[in-house]
Formats: sequence, C-alpha cells, structure tokens
Amino acid sequence: MVEWTDKERSTVSAIWEKIDIDVIGPEALARVLIVYPWTERYFGTFGDIFSATAVLGNAKVAAHGKVVLKALDSAVKNMDNIKATYADLSRLHYEKLSVDPDNFKLLADCITIAVACKLKSALNPQAQATWQKFLSVVVDAMSSQYF
Amino acid sequence: MVEWSDFERATIQDIFSKMEYEVVGPAALSRCLVVYPWTQRYFGNFGNLYNAAAIIANPMVAKHGTTILHGLDRAVKNMDDIKATYAELSVLHSEKLHVDPDNFKLLSDCLTIVVAAKLGKAFTGDVQAAFQKFLAVVVSSLGMQYH
Repeated sequence: MVEWTDKERSTVSAIWEKIDIDVIGPEALARVLIVYPWTERYFGTFGDIFSATAVLGNAKVAAHGKVVLKALDSAVKNMDNIKATYADLSRLHYEKLSVDPDNFKLLADCITIAVACKLKSALNPQAQATWQKFLSVVVDAMSSQYF
Repeated sequence: MVEWSDFERATIQDIFSKMEYEVVGPAALSRCLVVYPWTQRYFGNFGNLYNAAAIIANPMVAKHGTTILHGLDRAVKNMDDIKATYAELSVLHSEKLHVDPDNFKLLSDCLTIVVAAKLGKAFTGDVQAAFQKFLAVVVSSLGMQYH
C-alpha cells in the first residue's frame, strides 16, 4: 500500500482546493490533444479536434475535460485506497475504451503543467514531488486492470 | 533531420531570449534533485543535499543549474543540427560522467514545469508542444553517443 505522510496528504488537498476543475480539466485535456496528437483517435465523435484552435474551442473537449478531472476527486478523498477506487474505471478503459495505458501518463503530465501554469511558484519543488507521486499512483491504479 | 515550423522556431527563440538563466537553471536542477532523488548520486561532491531546503539553497546546485541551462543555448542557435551540436557533450555524459540517459528526460520535464510556471497563461498548448519537441530533440541528441 502507498504510504502518505501528513505533509503529503495536506499538500495534495491544498493543491486540489486551489484547482478550478472546470478550468483545469478542459485545459489539461486540450494540452494532451495538442501536444500528443495521436490521442485524437480516442475522440472520433468530438468533431474537429485537428488543430490547436479547434481543440481549444471544442465544447465536447471542454465537457470531457471536466468529467476526467472530476474523477480525480475520488482519489483525493480516498488516498489510502486509490487502487480499489479506480478498479472499475481501469476495467472500462481497458475493455470498452481500449485506451493505451501509456496515455494516462501523458494526461498526468499535462495536468501537472496546467497546475504549474496556474499555481506558478506555489507549486514549489516539494509540492511538485508530492503531486507527481499522487498522480503516478492514480496512473498505476488506472493501469491495474490491464493484462 | 528534424523539421521545424516557423512558429516552433519563433517560440523557442522567444522563450530563450527572455530566459532568466540564473533563476530558471537552478530551479530546474533543484527540482530534479528533489522530485527524483536518485539523481542526487551524480552530485556527490555538492555537499548538503539532504532535504529540499538544503538542495534549493545549495550554491553548487545553483551554479550548475545555470551552466546546464546555458548549455541549451547551443541548441537554440543551431536548431537545424542539434545532433551534431551535442555529439561531444553526449560522449562526455556517457564515458566520463556515466549519466543514465533516462535522466535527461527527467531534467527536461522539470525545466518544462519551471518554464510553464513562469509563463503561466502564455504557456499555451502550442507553446508547450514546441518546447517539448525542442527538448525531446536535445534529449535524444544527448543520448546519441551512448552504446
């Protein structure tokens, strides 16, 4: 099981409180589609996502970004059992959505960058270390039901 | 050979023309040492690296961070031949310094986060893509002479 110090727990909560899910969610997903264009193939029903401008203006991208980031809330509230928390979601991404699990890391990186842009120096090195630890546990949990 | 669009060239030149080397370099290297602690083993003669505060305050870390960032200047000035530009540095890191080339990616990730925090909103998805592409080429070149 993952060990969390008190400082790490409060760091993750503090960062999460400062994040506006409705802003960071769309931004993170947009960054993934722009920076790693092969991810576009997972969103065939989203319409035009083939240029940065299109991605940034796309309502479905924005809506889905919010959905994805809201799902992180479960991990923030269940830090001692992230793996079990995401077992169903992992199975869904594997069996139904057929998402290459490498992409979870790409999204995690883009979330971190979006958070860095917003929090700036408040995301100091220790906070970054804790936040990345948290996201890597989430990424692991999301990959856990893949064989 | 790597193809660069006008936007990518302009973005890289712009970021580096405004770069505060003595701030960003130390910030990126110290983040690397804090977030990925195994990297500390490359800096055995740097003195006190025992905790984040010590690392961030360490003058040898700061000096070396600045040196590394200035090392990127050559790539900025030679975007059409980054591979040749870093051939010697690659040999040095492989044969003398024995640096695991995976660590180049870690440092480039930390640099990306520092630049993102600095530029805030200006670090758009397009800018992120260009910057990460530039760093990926640098990382690849630095690993090129390893065998």
